[in-house]
Amino acid sequence: MTWTDILLTSLKVGAMVGLITVVVLLLTYLERKILGRIQMRMGPMRTGFHGVLQPIADALKLVLKEDVLPSVKDRAVFWIAPLVVFVPALILWVTIPFTEDLVVRNLEFGILYIVAVSVFSIVGIIMASWGSNNKYALLGGARAVAQLISYELPVILVILAVVMVSETLDMRLIVEAQSSYPFIYVQPLGFLIFLIAGLAELGRTPFDIPTAESEIVGGPFVEYSGMHWSMFFLAEYANTFAIGALTTVLFLGGWSGPLLPGLLWFSIKTLSVIFFIFWLRATLPRFRIDQLMTFCWKFLIPISFLNILVTGFYLFYGWPSWSMFLLSMAMIFGGYTTIRITQKRRAASIAETLRLRRERIAA
Amino acid sequence: MTTVLVFFFILGGMALLGSVGTVASRNVVHAALSLVLALLAVAGLFILLLAEFLAIVQVLIYGGAITIILLFALMLTRTREGPVRLDNAQRRFALIGAGAAFAVLTVVIMVSDWPAPIDNPVRPGFSRISEVLFQQWAIPFEAASLVLLVALIGAIVISRPEKGERD
Repeated sequence: MTWTDILLTSLKVGAMVGLITVVVLLLTYLERKILGRIQMRMGPMRTGFHGVLQPIADALKLVLKEDVLPSVKDRAVFWIAPLVVFVPALILWVTIPFTEDLVVRNLEFGILYIVAVSVFSIVGIIMASWGSNNKYALLGGARAVAQLISYELPVILVILAVVMVSETLDMRLIVEAQSSYPFIYVQPLGFLIFLIAGLAELGRTPFDIPTAESEIVGGPFVEYSGMHWSMFFLAEYANTFAIGALTTVLFLGGWSGPLLPGLLWFSIKTLSVIFFIFWLRATLPRFRIDQLMTFCWKFLIPISFLNILVTGFYLFYGWPSWSMFLLSMAMIFGGYTTIRITQKRRAASIAETLRLRRERIAA
Repeated sequence: MTTVLVFFFILGGMALLGSVGTVASRNVVHAALSLVLALLAVAGLFILLLAEFLAIVQVLIYGGAITIILLFALMLTRTREGPVRLDNAQRRFALIGAGAAFAVLTVVIMVSDWPAPIDNPVRPGFSRISEVLFQQWAIPFEAASLVLLVALIGAIVISRPEKGERD
């Protein structure tokens, strides 16, 4: 390693950071526009043509705003926490390939690196919630840790199934393994689980329990303002972008596609996933924390293990790919039916309890 | 001085700082966070030794999972305000134990026959690691996972409410 290497790498990293920042600004604008349209509003309109300069105005406002330091007990932890959340959200981009050549540094253990780095931001959330010395922050932190640790498991298990099919951990080779068909074809169940669990990892609606504004006023971020708050905000959007990109790379075939250049395909696929995430936010209400945990531990994790088992059989006996598609669809259908039946049973038992209580009161 | 050496001193310093912070800090949460720093610095040292897989696993297991559980437990159990007693009468035994461990490690490191020279490390490929782990050392690996399984079941059994307690 020479100093020119270091200089070149620094330049690449700088370009990546710049790109992520621009994309994040774009995403905030897109989200407000999409949410607005779904709710039959216009979204931001005042700043620039159809409000395109709104993110810049927002960013300026956040930079210029007073950064209030509340009388917290633990100043150092409180101040460092936003960085510990923000830095993993950025360094995870080192190994995500936009196209075959457009990647900062392709790693042999690419996907494992991403998993390892993304886990680390939980530490930052714990630091924020503890350093704030605020009961809402502490509640939000406890919720965040429970949720993020639990949903990390289905994400890892699904990634494992994809790695089994592609036989590599290298992000670039994973995309190349999908040259004949994208993995959503052999792993439709994996795709669904990854989207659901990824959404929970992001802490976005319907899984925004840790920050739930209407219950615990922003959770771990309640005491933050100005630039420190916007760090969390930026990290959230960078992570949304990352989930979109990872879904694209793992399931939708990355940059590969007919006619159009690779980068365009990558952007189209990623933006479609992100659009879906924004759309869900406008459509679904928030889960309750116990429903969320039950869903993860009693449904998602068992079915992820089942998925790995079935994928193992499929690979070991060399079954044709359409049989894996059918098996996966059968698992989706089976899982859905199980959930419906349990829900109906629970509803029936609640109705029964209510009926008994009414009769007791009447008697 | 080579760039690797510069990074070695930076990371080594971080590791030392973190370790001292872990044992010297008066605040339990600060101690846990110092431990995170030390563990991450060690992961960086692994990268300098071209052991990338080990570095990633270090971040994933120690930097992520274990410290999160540790911090979470501290957060939920620290109900009292004010100074907590961080010391007890076992100082002497701790010193003896740490000294013995240090001595054993030093001897083992000096005596053992390393597969690759430290001043010219080779990068073990991913497939090589899995071959060694799942073929040569398959049974110890399975034994370790069995121990973890037993611990898991033990934790569930201990934390389960007894018959009379259920409400």
